[in-house]
Amino acid sequence: MNHLASVLAVLATILVIAPLVAIFIDLVYKGTSSLNLNFFTKIPAPVGEEGGGMANAIVGSAVLLGLASLLGIPMGIAAGIYLAEYGRGTKLSNVVRFTADVLNGVPSIVMGVAVYALVVVPSKGYSALAGGVALGIMMIPTVARTTEEMLLMVPHSIREAALGLGVPTWRSMVSITLKTAMPGVITGCMLAFARVAGETAPLIFTAFGNQFWSTSLNQPIAALPLQIYVYALSPYDEWHRLAWAGSLVLIALIVVSVSLVRYVTTRGVLKGAS
Amino acid sequence: MGVSIEVNSLNAWYGTNHTLQDITLHIPANEATALIGPSGCGKSTFVRCLNRMHETNPIGKVTGEVKVGGVDIYSDISAVEVRRRIGMVFQRPNPFPTMSIYDNVASGLRLNGYRNRRVLDEVVERSLKHAALWDEVKDDLKKKSGASLSGGQQQRLCIARALAVDPEVLLMDEPASALDPVSTAKIEDLIFQLKVQYTIVIVTHNMQQAARVAERTGFFLNGKMIEFDSTHKIFTNPSDKRTEDYITGRFG
Amino acid sequence: MLLCALSIFAIVALIANELVVSSKLTLTKFGFKFFVGSAWDPVNEDFGALPFVYGTLVSSLVALVIAVPLAVGVAIFLTEMCPKALRGILSFLTELLAAIPSVVYGLWAIFVLVPLLRGYIDPILIKLLSWTGLFTAPDFGIGMFAAGVILAIMILPIISSLTREVMTAVPYSQREAVLALGATRWEMIRMGVLRNARIGIVGSVILGLGRALGETMAVAMVIGSSPTISKSLLAPAATMASVIANEFAEASDDTYRSALIEIGLALFLVTIVVNICARLLVWAVTRGAPARAT
Repeated sequence: MNHLASVLAVLATILVIAPLVAIFIDLVYKGTSSLNLNFFTKIPAPVGEEGGGMANAIVGSAVLLGLASLLGIPMGIAAGIYLAEYGRGTKLSNVVRFTADVLNGVPSIVMGVAVYALVVVPSKGYSALAGGVALGIMMIPTVARTTEEMLLMVPHSIREAALGLGVPTWRSMVSITLKTAMPGVITGCMLAFARVAGETAPLIFTAFGNQFWSTSLNQPIAALPLQIYVYALSPYDEWHRLAWAGSLVLIALIVVSVSLVRYVTTRGVLKGAS
Repeated sequence: MGVSIEVNSLNAWYGTNHTLQDITLHIPANEATALIGPSGCGKSTFVRCLNRMHETNPIGKVTGEVKVGGVDIYSDISAVEVRRRIGMVFQRPNPFPTMSIYDNVASGLRLNGYRNRRVLDEVVERSLKHAALWDEVKDDLKKKSGASLSGGQQQRLCIARALAVDPEVLLMDEPASALDPVSTAKIEDLIFQLKVQYTIVIVTHNMQQAARVAERTGFFLNGKMIEFDSTHKIFTNPSDKRTEDYITGRFG
Repeated sequence: MLLCALSIFAIVALIANELVVSSKLTLTKFGFKFFVGSAWDPVNEDFGALPFVYGTLVSSLVALVIAVPLAVGVAIFLTEMCPKALRGILSFLTELLAAIPSVVYGLWAIFVLVPLLRGYIDPILIKLLSWTGLFTAPDFGIGMFAAGVILAIMILPIISSLTREVMTAVPYSQREAVLALGATRWEMIRMGVLRNARIGIVGSVILGLGRALGETMAVAMVIGSSPTISKSLLAPAATMASVIANEFAEASDDTYRSALIEIGLALFLVTIVVNICARLLVWAVTRGAPARAT
């Protein structure tokens, strides 16, 4: 029984790691062949023609993520500061934290539908702004939670030192506590960023996608995950290959962010928390 | 019935730390033997070598011979078998919080394949009586969880749990150090009664406790066994100056 | 600061409000029958969401059946058996699994998993298990089972990492107590660790369920988008999330759109309830320590 259990546990681990390895191998194998200069500089070619790229999707994603960060990061950090510094231990902060968790658990498609009703309908059209709002809202809980956690890790002695010098609470909070926790807060933002970078569902009815370059934030805009989705479901081989290449780029971005996050948190680059 | 323990040239390490150096002694059957010494002297490590718990630590290493009832526990039988035959009570009571009192006591039996209801009932009652806990819990055996008892009761529950598998030796690693004086007294009374049936090895910080319950006492210092003799001799006329210094409180 | 914190409430309230308001048409027209009717006929404006509720439940169930044993197995391996050197790499790899976007899973599922299922695994299942009625021909690879498999892969990391967390929270003294009674390693894990951690493990499974219920892209790409209820797991189907994703763009009239949004409202409520239950359970075991963001 002892042996059987060990064998099963090892088997389970292998079965779990196997798809991961398979996915990465397939991505590299199928994706790199289409990764050329065209991919990064051209917009999609008409069906049947070769040489198209995903430049507009890459730029579109960048725009959307920029908008999302503008919304999600300040709000998330502010909420995190509230949870760690001002509301600590109060019932209200427990409820806020709970609500943030609830928001985190909302399926991304529901988020897309809600933002559709909130932004797209009144403004009578799909837009980058709507997509940015959807993604931004999704970033808030993650940023808030990590900010709170990082701030709580700042040793009490540092806050006391600041107060002892006669620095007002608000000031000490920003220039000392927050500064000390900054590396951790930044990694939290990066984590949230990496998460929403791959989101597709909320963009389907907000950003909508665009085969060409967008010229204003009020227009529909292309996004990497959206484009991958459309191409994957299409019947054209050329587009399938582009979908693989796009996925490779997306994954590379995310892996880099996740690895960086891991590096920072495990190597204890958080100077303030030592 | 208890058995005697022969220890020959026992050495133990924690990583590179040579925690026990060349221990040799003979623990008589059906007696209580106390091990005393300052913090970090190795007495707990010694006791954990007697039931092969030391090696459960990834950096723990043991060499030497330990014969329990003539059987070398390091080469003649498996570690699992050793631990079934040698029971242990830990410093902090550790009953299983998700199990009832009954299930706690029966856990060792169930691990060894005993399923018969009547047998389990009998053994649980007998063990709890042996551990002087039966009267206090007999009405709540299956209703109360092991963790809902007081500290002293929890420790007696752990003793009952250890006794239920009918070991030949009972190891006790500072069993009363986390308890109040009343519970401590109860545990000491218990040891008197248990001596009749089991061989007991008790690690203690409390010299008065050793003097009260044990026939023999061993004094450990810095991983070596300095003196091992009758309790009376150790406490009234120790042979080694270091023992005398410790007894009289000059250090430790 | 307080304002920003409070605005989180506002956001959740806004979302709920928008969903309700926008689905008013079908809410009033169909009432509760919306969720028991199985006819999904946009042309004749007859909407019954039962096929999607069925699809969501069954695909999530399949995913749990596959994922839970594997996730617990991995958690046991990583916390109790794995040599320290390997632990870091393997846990990093399982974290990476969690970071892969749904659409990439979907892409891989369409071009690698589905052919694999159709070519090798489904035929075996049909051969051995068609008497249950769960695995019958015809089989095109896509369908409920494929969706369940890819969902299982996707929820594995969260169940596994949370299980590891609650297992590590079990104090060492409990493991020692079991070992000292003469238990083998597996018995120690079963009685000393899993037993103590079981509430938390249940919580992590429910959390995994919450994720599975709302998962959209990968499911939408391999489930076959057919608003039908079939006994066979190899038949195409649809889930609440996948139908919204697949049909929203085509929803031309208000009633159609309202029906889809109402499904979204239902999904919203269900996932909130499930997530609350899960969080409460995990909190009870880890005593309210702020959960890590991963």
